Amino acid sequence: MVDIPYEGIRGIPPAEVPEVELYHPRSWWTRYVFSQDAKVIAIQYSLTATAIGLVALVLSWLMRLQLGFPGTFSFIDANQYLQFITMHGMIMVIYLLTALFLGGFGNYLIPLMVGARDMVFPYVNMLSYWVYLLAVLVLASTFFVPGGPTGAGWTLYPPQAILSGTPGQDWGIILMMASLILFIIGFTMGGLNYVVTVLQARTRGMTLMRLPLTVWGIFTATVMALLAFPALFVASVMLLLDRLLGTSFFMPALVEMGTLSKYGGGSPLLFQHLFWFFGHPEVYIVALPAFGIVSDLISTHARKNIFGYRMMVWAIVAIGALSFIVWAHHMYVSGMFPQFGYFFATTTLIIAIPTAIKVYNWVLTLWRGDIHLTVPMLFALGFIITFVNGGLTGLFLGNVVVDVPLSDTMFVVAHFHMVMGVAPIMVVLGAIYHWYPKVTGRMLNEALGKFHFWVTFLGAYLIFFPMHYLGLLGVPRRYFELGDATFIPSSAHSLNAFISVVALTVGFSQMVFLFNLAWSLFKGEASGGNPWRATTLEWQTPETPPGHGNWGKELPVVYRWAYDYSVPGAAEDFIPQNQPPRATQLAQGAAS
Amino acid sequence: MAETVLTNPGQSPARLEGWRGIAADWASDQRAFKNVSWGKAMMWIFLLSDTFIFSCFLLSYMTARMSTTVPWPNPSEVFALNIGGNHIPLILIAIMTFVLISSSGTMAMAVNFGYRRDRVRTAILMLVTAAFGATFVGMQAFEWTKLIMEGVRPWGNPWGAPQFGASFFMITGFHGTHVTIGVIFLIAIARKVFRGDFDVERRGFFTSRKGYYEIVEITGLYWHFVDLVWVFIFAFFYLW
Repeated sequence: MVDIPYEGIRGIPPAEVPEVELYHPRSWWTRYVFSQDAKVIAIQYSLTATAIGLVALVLSWLMRLQLGFPGTFSFIDANQYLQFITMHGMIMVIYLLTALFLGGFGNYLIPLMVGARDMVFPYVNMLSYWVYLLAVLVLASTFFVPGGPTGAGWTLYPPQAILSGTPGQDWGIILMMASLILFIIGFTMGGLNYVVTVLQARTRGMTLMRLPLTVWGIFTATVMALLAFPALFVASVMLLLDRLLGTSFFMPALVEMGTLSKYGGGSPLLFQHLFWFFGHPEVYIVALPAFGIVSDLISTHARKNIFGYRMMVWAIVAIGALSFIVWAHHMYVSGMFPQFGYFFATTTLIIAIPTAIKVYNWVLTLWRGDIHLTVPMLFALGFIITFVNGGLTGLFLGNVVVDVPLSDTMFVVAHFHMVMGVAPIMVVLGAIYHWYPKVTGRMLNEALGKFHFWVTFLGAYLIFFPMHYLGLLGVPRRYFELGDATFIPSSAHSLNAFISVVALTVGFSQMVFLFNLAWSLFKGEASGGNPWRATTLEWQTPETPPGHGNWGKELPVVYRWAYDYSVPGAAEDFIPQNQPPRATQLAQGAAS
Repeated sequence: MAETVLTNPGQSPARLEGWRGIAADWASDQRAFKNVSWGKAMMWIFLLSDTFIFSCFLLSYMTARMSTTVPWPNPSEVFALNIGGNHIPLILIAIMTFVLISSSGTMAMAVNFGYRRDRVRTAILMLVTAAFGATFVGMQAFEWTKLIMEGVRPWGNPWGAPQFGASFFMITGFHGTHVTIGVIFLIAIARKVFRGDFDVERRGFFTSRKGYYEIVEITGLYWHFVDLVWVFIFAFFYLW
């Protein structure tokens, strides 16, 4: 054949574009603080997200203290309780999980896994982090302004979000909106980078269908975020105008503190539509990176190729697309046109199909695999269990007639904590145990890790499983105290106390993990470049941790997919993506 | 060539046409959009995201307009001017639209001269585009002033639904901000073009990356998008 487009015997296409020269830091400041290196930015994102996440964790302890032992702690009043709920939810969903998965894992793993030297626009990437940090600082500042943070619930529904009587009405809600707007601007700068890097900056031989599923999950989630955050941006701007300028986008005519308010003619439902057009994709913005990462953890630690790679990719894409047409299943009791529920229940239940494909494929990957019960694998297994659990209760809540009596009960709290709280956090923790050696060059302590896993996993079940039961009893969510309602048996109160004790225990046990992170940084066992004997490119870097530019002189060349584990006839039980095929095969290929 | 799983058999040196070509590009390595630079891809994706922002603004405005129980002010009357004793509806908006669409024409010419590396003509045409944009913003400011003098406020107006003023100031304000950013961007790039930065591949002040004439086209993409959004605002806000 005359038209062999490849570089002779090596069997790979030629490079299409010359390499772009990187920005080389000249001082300590530009190397570690105002760094344009995606790996440093990733660590900055992760540390900031973890720091604000710890605040949210403490808030959850305070909430549990009040719920478990009402009336005992005089320093928590009803307004503060609402503020704790609001800030806990908002921080966990947006400032922790979204930032950690996309800004943290995305920044670290995308360039390494696709074989790029850095993100395509490192300067914009750096700005992304600093704007995110500003958003976090504005959010944190609401704890110190007069009136404190907003207590409107993380959904921030108007009219109550901006009326007097809601805690944080004067400054809290304004700064919350400002912080969200900043977060979206910052995220957009980063998100554009992640998308363009995956689409346009892969190395030679790296096709989309050879990408590790981690990259597919983060990539799809980023595309979704770029299309879903605009709705939150618009809702925030309009709510801010309602609050500051007295417009009435979302505000109907109503009586506020005994007098007719200045508002009139707006639609509170419009806010809910905008919010959930963002809010539902947001669930999958958090879940899809977890899906991707857990696929890689399972495949690596079960020494087996992922089952049904193509279906896994298409399931991620299908879930991403479907998640944009299900938002109103959060609004069955909102007073929207009731027959809409029929459409949204149908689309919601259709999502169960690609999701089930993914779960079956994870299980089939494990089937007859050489399962190593390492800490990342334990967390991956924990994810599958909690995710299936939370997904099944989702089927209850997706159906209108079942959802209506369960709305605003602890059942909903149990459902979403199981499916988008515990499950993604399991993956975050597993992923940290998995990639910590690449980031630092040292292993995390395994004994502490196993202790951490069992306490977290069993504890999460003890916390959230009984909440389903409370919800079925009709215990409402977001209530400061339950009082003497006759439909709530005394057993429910003891259960609440039990949950609180477990929650505090599990919360404190996370300190073991933080200790492990700090201790292993100096005293951990040296890991070498590829401790898990994994195939993907980030484990094949010439240095560990990877240096500036990731790859030394030459970019890697990819010859195979990311899942060549236990290939029959191979010398080892894994073949890295950049390992060339055997010379004989290539010679045959070039000769024919 | 034998089909080993190891190579990339999907790609052929001859670029395929139509859907097959798209499928082949997406199945290939390195780049999904062949011959599209990073900057251009990034701008397109940003514009997609921005489209969602404007769509949400316009849909929210339409919801407010359709669900209000008090009459919506008649835009033809509100935006009419008395010129030489004649009462002409929407005349200012018509001129603004004409100015903005003309600026798209000069922008397209600037892109053309940019690729010919004609730095003087490119810079002049970009400055003309920026001048049109500034004129547009100036007329917008005149319109805002006029409406405010007549008593229109974000929270109310003399003629009907308070959401009229709210939507008007929010949407035109957000669009005007886009135009203003575009004007600043145009002036900055025109200065670089005129100075010859892209002929000597001078490095950017912040990014230390080399610049290319392609940035003119990327600026153009943004500018045409802002114009296109205005057409929708014009249709849905003023003509409805």
